[in-house]
Amino acid sequence: MELNDGETLDAKVCDCPMTPDTSRQDLFQYVLRLGDNALINGQRLSEWCGHGPFLEEDVGVANTALDLIGRARMLLTYAGEVEGAGRTEDDLAYFRHERDFRNFLIMELPVGDFAFTTARQFFIDAYDYFYYQALQYSVDSTLAAIAAKTLKECEYHLRHTGEWMVRLGDGTAESHEKIRKAVADLMPFTFELFDADEIDRRMCERHIGVDLDAIEKSWNEKVADALAEATLERPEVTFTRSGGRQGLHSEHMGYLLAEMQSVQRTWPGLQW
Amino acid sequence: MNATIKNVRDILEQVVDPEIPVLTIADLGILQDVGWNEGRLQVVITPTYSGCPAMHAIEHDIAAVLRENGYENVEVKTQLSPAWTTDWLSESGREKLLQYGIVPPLGSADKQSLRIVAASLECPRCRSDNTEKISEFGSTPCKALYKCNDCLEPFDYFKCI
Repeated sequence: MELNDGETLDAKVCDCPMTPDTSRQDLFQYVLRLGDNALINGQRLSEWCGHGPFLEEDVGVANTALDLIGRARMLLTYAGEVEGAGRTEDDLAYFRHERDFRNFLIMELPVGDFAFTTARQFFIDAYDYFYYQALQYSVDSTLAAIAAKTLKECEYHLRHTGEWMVRLGDGTAESHEKIRKAVADLMPFTFELFDADEIDRRMCERHIGVDLDAIEKSWNEKVADALAEATLERPEVTFTRSGGRQGLHSEHMGYLLAEMQSVQRTWPGLQW
Repeated sequence: MNATIKNVRDILEQVVDPEIPVLTIADLGILQDVGWNEGRLQVVITPTYSGCPAMHAIEHDIAAVLRENGYENVEVKTQLSPAWTTDWLSESGREKLLQYGIVPPLGSADKQSLRIVAASLECPRCRSDNTEKISEFGSTPCKALYKCNDCLEPFDYFKCI
């Protein structure tokens, strides 16, 4: 990874005033959050498998879920390595309790109808697209490699859900109303995506993590363009919802985990 | 040692993509390197799509075919960077895909041709270019689904990423 002005990676990392333990904890949390977002989003989306509105879209949604689970596997494997406590991707996915998951609330909301799934996924795909575009320049070479790989997939995810936003918004009166309602219901959950905390700030300062302010700006522009093309208005938001970062999840999370973890909780270590 | 590596590469020609069995892992550009690492034979591969289940089958097949040929101490290592691109598909791989009924990726991922969605592809069966995209997602992560408006048959397109 080359930096500006001939800086080296080592010089950058050594700028950090923290102890190695703190910085390792930071990196663990940072990677864990990304992994949890991909895992929980992928798990939710996979619920459409066999239930899509028609065959091609069933395959499309399931393919996206597969990419997300694949991304989660890379990230959780790396999180386990960074933590250094011997936890594998499976340990992190199947043997943590609700309070230990660090995903944003928007990831865990129930699938709802196809309009709700589409609007949620469009918001997330746009976020991921700009996020991983920036993260591919991380000084952390593993994160940069995962990001470069992920970005290729984010591109077609975003194109796919972007097209559906327009098709539903600028479609029939019924589809318009359904996607309008979905956007209104989901918008309060999008603020959490850009709510940087200390870990985000420290990771950004060390050029490991991304600048959420810059991503928020790009995201707002992308969403504005898509909503305009879909003949939708951006809803006024009078309240916001957050808490995923602190492990304070919605009432839906426990049910999701119960389903996702049930086999491994019943027969720990079971293999295919 | 060099002779061994050539031999290993020849053996690995038997390992094919389980979903598209006309393509070897070398054709796909998945096979990155073969070498020795502290007495172990190391085969380095790059995953195609993050969640593609075929990667597991391929890892397993590599180890199995080498074992059958007397190489017991084998490590299959996955390398993420640089990220796999369809630009690495070999010329013969592209030809084999077309013969198999799958249109190979158009253009180069480097040139961001991904964003220029092909207006129309040539039908691999009747060669008509009166075709249309049905879905960006096909039977496997790497393919998109098209149909020919002349011969009315569906066909796959190997996406350019």
